Amino acid sequence: MSRPEDILPPDLFYNDNESRKYTTSSRIRNIQADMTNRALDLLDLKSPSLILDIGCGSGLSGEILSEVTEEEGGPHTWVGMDISPSMLDVALQREVEGDLFLADIGQGVPFRPGAFDAAISISAIQWLCNAETSDVSPEGRLRRFFEGLYASLRRGGRAVCQFYPKNDAQRSMISGAAIKAGFGAGILEDDPGTKNSKLYLVLTVGGGGLHGDITGVVDGMDGVNVLDARRKAMELGNARARSPRKGDKNWIINKKEQMAKKGKVVKQNSKYTGRKRRTAF
Amino acid sequence: MKVITANFVTCAVKECKTAQTSFPLHFHDAELEQQELDFQPEFIRNILPRVDWEALRVTANELGFPSIPESKPEGEALDNEQTLRDLHRLLLETHVAEGKLVCGNCGHQYMIKEGIANFLLPSHLV
Repeated sequence: MSRPEDILPPDLFYNDNESRKYTTSSRIRNIQADMTNRALDLLDLKSPSLILDIGCGSGLSGEILSEVTEEEGGPHTWVGMDISPSMLDVALQREVEGDLFLADIGQGVPFRPGAFDAAISISAIQWLCNAETSDVSPEGRLRRFFEGLYASLRRGGRAVCQFYPKNDAQRSMISGAAIKAGFGAGILEDDPGTKNSKLYLVLTVGGGGLHGDITGVVDGMDGVNVLDARRKAMELGNARARSPRKGDKNWIINKKEQMAKKGKVVKQNSKYTGRKRRTAF
Repeated sequence: MKVITANFVTCAVKECKTAQTSFPLHFHDAELEQQELDFQPEFIRNILPRVDWEALRVTANELGFPSIPESKPEGEALDNEQTLRDLHRLLLETHVAEGKLVCGNCGHQYMIKEGIANFLLPSHLV
């Protein structure tokens, strides 16, 4: 499938026609709603909060934020930023409750330090990896965005950004930029290895009452990859010994699992799996 | 744009990040609009410690609400429902529909149209 990021810059790609299509397609709406609810779970907000919606578009996720019931700690008040005027126009027509800003998140986040309780971003930050003019770079845009976001969240605040990286390089570029800005960062992957796989970058500002891992949210969840620069240095030695090298037992088991998931016939694992043959006499 | 948002937004120009005079942004030619919203005392209590009261007084003055108390209601004053309702009305229900936000430091003008503020900057200001 082609990536919209590769076609045009976001403010041009989401023109009137695309914005309308995006907002009326029930398939996109469902996916977007699922992801927003997942992100809300991860944010774990206990009381009505002020939330920044990064790349709010037509307010599909904002609507969900406004509709959180009182028992679940809502409803939340939100402020949305988006670069596409057409998308914001659709949001206006739909009369969403949040405040809207026409702004480029790659230019920073223009809010006072400590303003927001939380931030949410659904399918937006991969756009930062594209530089549309020669006087900006993806690294610079990512840096300004994450530094601005870090400052505008209050201590103990959280941000959850769902994104679609093009490849592993983009994924590590984005998470690396977040860590550099000072966030504690973790990546959560839902349905890994399938077409529906969704990546969530979970970011925390300052550690208030966190235990276990750095994000404090992904504790005890499966398929979690926590990026913690502080721990990384310590574990570097161990990791080298443990990382599966091509051809060793872990690598083979991993491959077999992948193949089994694809529906291929795979031999059962046994104590002989991945064991060296004795040298021939 | 809600008044509460105006209390949090700053100038996006790089040089203004450190300047004292860049906050709050000043409203010019503002047209106001009142929109009913559900009253949420919890939210007001949560957000109030983060509100810059001096800036709010400046903003309210520019928008033509002179009757703002001199100091921020704190402690027991927050149990008074009328106080919270007044705050709710000012912070959340009052919108600026049209107008300009002007930075006191660099003088950059951010246009507000249909309640949406335009914070796109030319690249040399970023």
